[in-house]
Amino acid sequence: MELVTPGFGLLFWMVLSFTTVFILLKKYAWGPILTMIKEREDTIEKALLSAEKAKAEMAALTSTNEKLLQEARNERDKMLKEAAATKDAIINEARAKASEEATRIITKGREEIKNDKMAAIVELKNQVGSLSLEIAEKLLKKQLDNQDAQKDLVNRELENIKLN
Amino acid sequence: MMLKAAKIKGFKVLMGVLTFVAIFGFQAFSNTEHGAEAHAEAAEHTEKEVFKPGDMILDHIKDSYGWHIADIGGHPISIPLPVILITKDNGLVVFSSSAFNHGHSAYTLGETANFKGLAFRRDNQGYDSLDVSLTSHFVLKDGHVVSFRSPEAGFDYTNIHNLNEGITREASVMDFFNGKNGSFIDISITKNVFSLLLAVGLLLFVFLSIAKAYTNTRGKAPKGLQSFMEPLILFIRDEVAKPSIGHGYEKFLPYLLTVFFFIWINNMMGLIPVFPFGANVTGNIAVTLVLAIFTFVLTHINAKKTYWKHIFLPDVPGWLLPLMIPIEIFGTLIKPVVLTLRLFANITAGHIIVLAFFSLIFIFGAMAPVAGFGVSIVSVAFTIFMNFMELLVAFLQAYVFTLLSAIYIGMAVEEHH
Repeated sequence: MELVTPGFGLLFWMVLSFTTVFILLKKYAWGPILTMIKEREDTIEKALLSAEKAKAEMAALTSTNEKLLQEARNERDKMLKEAAATKDAIINEARAKASEEATRIITKGREEIKNDKMAAIVELKNQVGSLSLEIAEKLLKKQLDNQDAQKDLVNRELENIKLN
Repeated sequence: MMLKAAKIKGFKVLMGVLTFVAIFGFQAFSNTEHGAEAHAEAAEHTEKEVFKPGDMILDHIKDSYGWHIADIGGHPISIPLPVILITKDNGLVVFSSSAFNHGHSAYTLGETANFKGLAFRRDNQGYDSLDVSLTSHFVLKDGHVVSFRSPEAGFDYTNIHNLNEGITREASVMDFFNGKNGSFIDISITKNVFSLLLAVGLLLFVFLSIAKAYTNTRGKAPKGLQSFMEPLILFIRDEVAKPSIGHGYEKFLPYLLTVFFFIWINNMMGLIPVFPFGANVTGNIAVTLVLAIFTFVLTHINAKKTYWKHIFLPDVPGWLLPLMIPIEIFGTLIKPVVLTLRLFANITAGHIIVLAFFSLIFIFGAMAPVAGFGVSIVSVAFTIFMNFMELLVAFLQAYVFTLLSAIYIGMAVEEHH
């Protein structure tokens, strides 16, 4: 029975020591310890969250980069295509101009040739005229006595001169 | 939630078994003790004392004024502890327990002290004035300090053979506060008090240094002792306080942590058999009672309306109220009793079992030395096994006490939804 009868002395010391230890630990141990643990947990959680966020940002950044790259590629392709088109156009234009110039030059040449030819013909005619006059003069000088025969000859001569 | 309930149920079953073992073991030994006592009276002056396991075990698990370490050549070696008495007549009396000379002499206050000269007559249980203060001589009787006075003038208080030669009076709180002459209260630093103070010192040292470590390594990983205790602190916070109390658990966390570590450290100290450990502190009903009362008070100070309504206005038909209210009140009061007895019985049982195994060696040794030697091998093996069990029980009981405290608090602070 004594074993289950609480003694006053022990009750007294137990109340005293437990109260003391509770108050002291609460103020100087559990307070700081629990605060620090909570603080650390918060820090870790925050760090994890920010890491997650950074990861997401990184992923977003990568996709943006990819998009930019694709855009640049498209731009380049477009530019290349445009350049090719411009080149073709320039070549075609040059070709057209060249052919036009050639045609012009040819036409001009032809005209000049024609003019020269006409001049040559005129000169030839003049020369033929003078030649004819010289011939006529010679003939006249030589064959003035033979009137009929001379006349005939003139006619023949004139006929022989063909203007082509 | 189901798992948690199953866990608690599992513990309850285990505790039930342990309590059963404890109570039966305890009864068995108290029977032995009563038998042995009668024998002891008869054989008081025989030459060689017979080994009485019941007495030995009870001596070990009971509180005492000195710290008995060993008997060498029939002489007990023990460390004396201070006896502190508050007497009605002579104020504070402090002396060493070695003054009792192991129960053979009395501590006598100096004759020059200005006594009031009060005592009581034996025939009359009232406390009438005589010429000498009754509280001037103190002796040990059945392991308690009592005041002793012999009616004979010139009685030799340094050599007392039989306490029946005089009148004894026990310490009484009621008498003291009623102001009865010759009354006193006993707040001695006994073995358990000493162990308790040691545990308090250890607790303060460990947790104040840990708190310092936390401040020093703010925001960093724990180190050393700190990393050993942190999982336990988190265990109490996340597995005990949070699920049992729920919202607002932070308020009760310091109490739960203190209770847990207080019980645990005292349980563990009780398992170490050498001085200054091995006292049966958490196996003492006064200690467990105080802890249970603290939980009870804390629960009821913080109890919400829902809790009180549940007790005094339960949801039952009106005619059942006269039956239900006493049941609810009884249910409330039984909780601290259960808390008290569970811890007390479990820890005491552990001590009894280990001591019983050792007693077997001497019981068999008394029959034949060879038998004692043979049994010692088995006994030591069982004791080692039991010590490992007790290591678990030490933690488990601290956990169970904390968990139940948390559950009781949780029930009281729960708001109606």
